[in-house]
This record gives sequence, C-alpha cells and structure tokens, in this order.
Amino acid sequence: MAARDDDALRRALHEALRGRRIGAVVIGGSAGSVDALIQLLPALPAGFGLPVFCILHLPPDRDSRLAELFDERLPVPVREAADKEAIVPGTVYFAGPGYHLSVERDFTFSLSCEPPVHFARPAIDVLMESSADAYGAGLAGILLTGANHDGAEGMAHIRATGGFTVVQDPRDAQVAVMPQEAIRRCNPHLVLPLARIGMLLPMLETEKS
Amino acid sequence: MSHRTTNHADKPPSDVDIELRMLVEAVYLKYNYDFRDYTGASQKRRVLAAMRVMECETVSSLQARVMHDAAAFAQLLQYLTIPVTEMFRDPDYYQAIRRHVVPFLETYPSLKLWVAGCSTGEEVYSLAILLKEEGLLERTLIYATDINPESLEAARRGVMPLERMRHYTENYQKAGGRHAFSDYYTAAYGGALFDRSLVEHVTFADHSLATDSVFAETHFISCRNVMIYFNRRLQNRVLGLFHESLVHRGFLGLGSKESIDFSSYAQRFEPLARRERVFRKVGA
Repeated sequence: MAARDDDALRRALHEALRGRRIGAVVIGGSAGSVDALIQLLPALPAGFGLPVFCILHLPPDRDSRLAELFDERLPVPVREAADKEAIVPGTVYFAGPGYHLSVERDFTFSLSCEPPVHFARPAIDVLMESSADAYGAGLAGILLTGANHDGAEGMAHIRATGGFTVVQDPRDAQVAVMPQEAIRRCNPHLVLPLARIGMLLPMLETEKS
Repeated sequence: MSHRTTNHADKPPSDVDIELRMLVEAVYLKYNYDFRDYTGASQKRRVLAAMRVMECETVSSLQARVMHDAAAFAQLLQYLTIPVTEMFRDPDYYQAIRRHVVPFLETYPSLKLWVAGCSTGEEVYSLAILLKEEGLLERTLIYATDINPESLEAARRGVMPLERMRHYTENYQKAGGRHAFSDYYTAAYGGALFDRSLVEHVTFADHSLATDSVFAETHFISCRNVMIYFNRRLQNRVLGLFHESLVHRGFLGLGSKESIDFSSYAQRFEPLARRERVFRKVGA
C-alpha cells in the first residue's frame, strides 16, 4: 500500500518537473532546520550532479561545523562556500556565519558584510535572489521550517524568474512561520512534508531521469 | 565545465544587468569612481536599495539623475561603498596581531601601518588601541584610506554610537584588551568620542584601491572585508599594490573569510596565522 502511494507520488512529482532543466538547488531554513536537514540531505544519492546551496540562520560569532558534520554523513562532497570560489556541480555548499552569501552570474560565490536582512546574516533572501539571477528558470528553491520571514522574498524572486519552488508543509514544520509566509508570498509549485521533499530531491536532477 | 554551466552562461543579461553596467560606466566617466570591477550581486542589491530611497523607478533613471546632479551622486556613493564595520570585529584577529605580528614590529625604530578601506574608522581606532597597549603607537604612522569622503570624515571625528559600546567592549576584552575599554572614550556629541591621542599620528586620506597607486612603504597592511566586494581582477590589482607597498617580510591582515588562494599572489604571501588571516610577504 505504502509502495503504491510512493509510486503515485513519484509520478506526480515527475509531472510537476516536466519540461524543466534544473541546474542548481537552494535550500533555506531557520528554527528547526538543522534537524530538518539531517532528515532531508541523506536523500541525496552518490553521484548527484547538481550543486546544492544550504543556508540556515546561525549565531554570528561561532564557527559553523555544519559542513563538516554533513560531509561525514553524505555520499556527496560538502563544504562551506568560500569567497570567489567556482561552483562545482555535485557539491553541497553551506553558507558560513557572519556574512551574506551570493551567487554571481559567472557561477562563483561571493561573501559580503552588508547589514543583516530580517535580522539574519547570512540571509536566505540574499542567497536565493542572487541564485535566481544566476540560474534563472534552472533554479529550484526549497524553504523549510523557521520562525522568521526571511526567505519569502527570495522564494518569490525564484518564482518570478521562472524557477521551481517547494515549501515545507507548515503542519509538518517544527516552526510554521517561515513556510507560511513563503506560501503567502510566492504561491509555490509544491507544498510537501519533509519526507516527500526527500523523495523529490534526487528527481531534481531532471536530465538524468 | 559541465554542459549545464555552459547553458546557463549563455543566458543573456537581464535589463537590470545592462543598466547596472551602464550606471557604473557613467559614474566612472563622470566622477572618476571606479566600481566596474566590484562583484555584481552585492552591488545590485545596494543600487536597488538606493533606488528605493532616492525614489527612482529604474536604474537608468537613477543614472540620469546622478549624471546631472552631484549631490545625488554623493547620496548614491553611500550605497556603492559599504560602511558597515565594528570595533575589534573578529577578536581572534587582534589576538593574532598581538601574538604573531607585534613581536616583529617591536624590532623597527619607526613603523608605518596602512588601514586600506578604513570606512568609518572602527578598525583604525581598534588597531591604535592595540598599538598603544603594546607600546608602539608613539612610533607608528597610520595611513587610513577610503574612497568615501563621508566615511573618512566620520573616521576623523571618531564618534561611535553609544549603543554599540557594550558589544565593542566584549570584543575588546576577547581581543586581549588590557584596560577598561571605557578609558578610551568619553560620552560627547551624542555618542562615544574616542581619545584624540589615538589618532594623533593617523593620516586620513582619499585613496582608491581600484585606480590609485602605492603612496608609501609600509610594515603592516590591514585590509579587512574590503576585497570581498571586488572581482578577481581587482583583487589581484590590490594584492599587487600591497605587495609593492610592504617592506621585505612585511605583514598583511585580511578579513576572516578572505583568501589569497585563488589569486595570482598566492605564492607571494605565506600564512602566519592561517585561521585569523594574517600573512607575511615571502622573501625574494
């Protein structure tokens, strides 16, 4: 029964992705999102071909060990995004604390220390908007649990530039505020519980399927 | 690179991208401020913020305004530059200066220090306090340079917002400060006025890392979170300036996420404190 549900869901997800060529994935979250990523990112298969940008709200003065933590657990390379670094497909990047992270039009990262956006630096909006400018319709944006409005603007920008938008179901989120605001602002293509976003993740590499 | 990257790189520039390029070109030709090699994403955000405040609907209309109105350009300049900084930002950096750089600086009878891109002066005052506590301030000449005249003026005044003092005091203590931080300022002019003797030997000057050349030989250059706004070409230019300015085996301090690994100067500086981003010029 469960298997048949999964098949039906997979078909529905394929349908939602029909005609798309995804080039990069950006995932944002705040309160509760470390747990959410621990649940979600292991869905990435070895050899996954897209770059994935992860951005969580973090305390500003602390060294983040997130990249190290996930590098040990995932079958794909994980690291903290560095200034002027060229984006390598198949790598998971984390935004470090204390700086905004952007993607440039030449597919390199850049850091900046402009003021926080929605009290956050790094801000999800900043990464999502710049990624959308760089990848256009080839960007998939995923917004998870959180207690703040950061990310809603970024998701709306991804939607406006033709990208694919997925928001965690607020009923499934540890804190519903962030996904709720994003749903209100961007009218996402899909609203899914975390487990189903995990099923979707490998399918985003549309050119493989 | 993969076929995907190629496909996306073929994406034509958006109207806003075209307008932004024309804006910085116009600013360069008209006012001789060169923002052409600044990174795009952050610059776009700051121009869009200026448009909202200056009530311009498009980048092109903003361009028309600054072309014909120098006061409007002065306003835009506050957005094109990034005056966001704090005193003793990243206390570990200052600890590393005390531990790894000061012992060398002590061996020189007179010192020249360059704070490049000093913005509103927070880093200048922080380093001056550190040098004073290490007994080096009297023999040090500090060049504090920036392209933004309003920032330089604020740096000269040395009045910081009082509400920041608690945070700066914490930073100062973590940075190895030896006194009470409040010894260095008095409440005045609606803020914290820093001790004038700290900047007695500071020359505040207009200098562009993008267009100007080296003006002095220096022993230590601190340039933190300035080059992250530059593309690689401009970063290379700036590292070239620093390399030229520094004395044999001179010292270079960068922001905590800045790297020279991707630059053409990677082999010409060696890390002295890698995590704190303190480098030393490699001997010839």
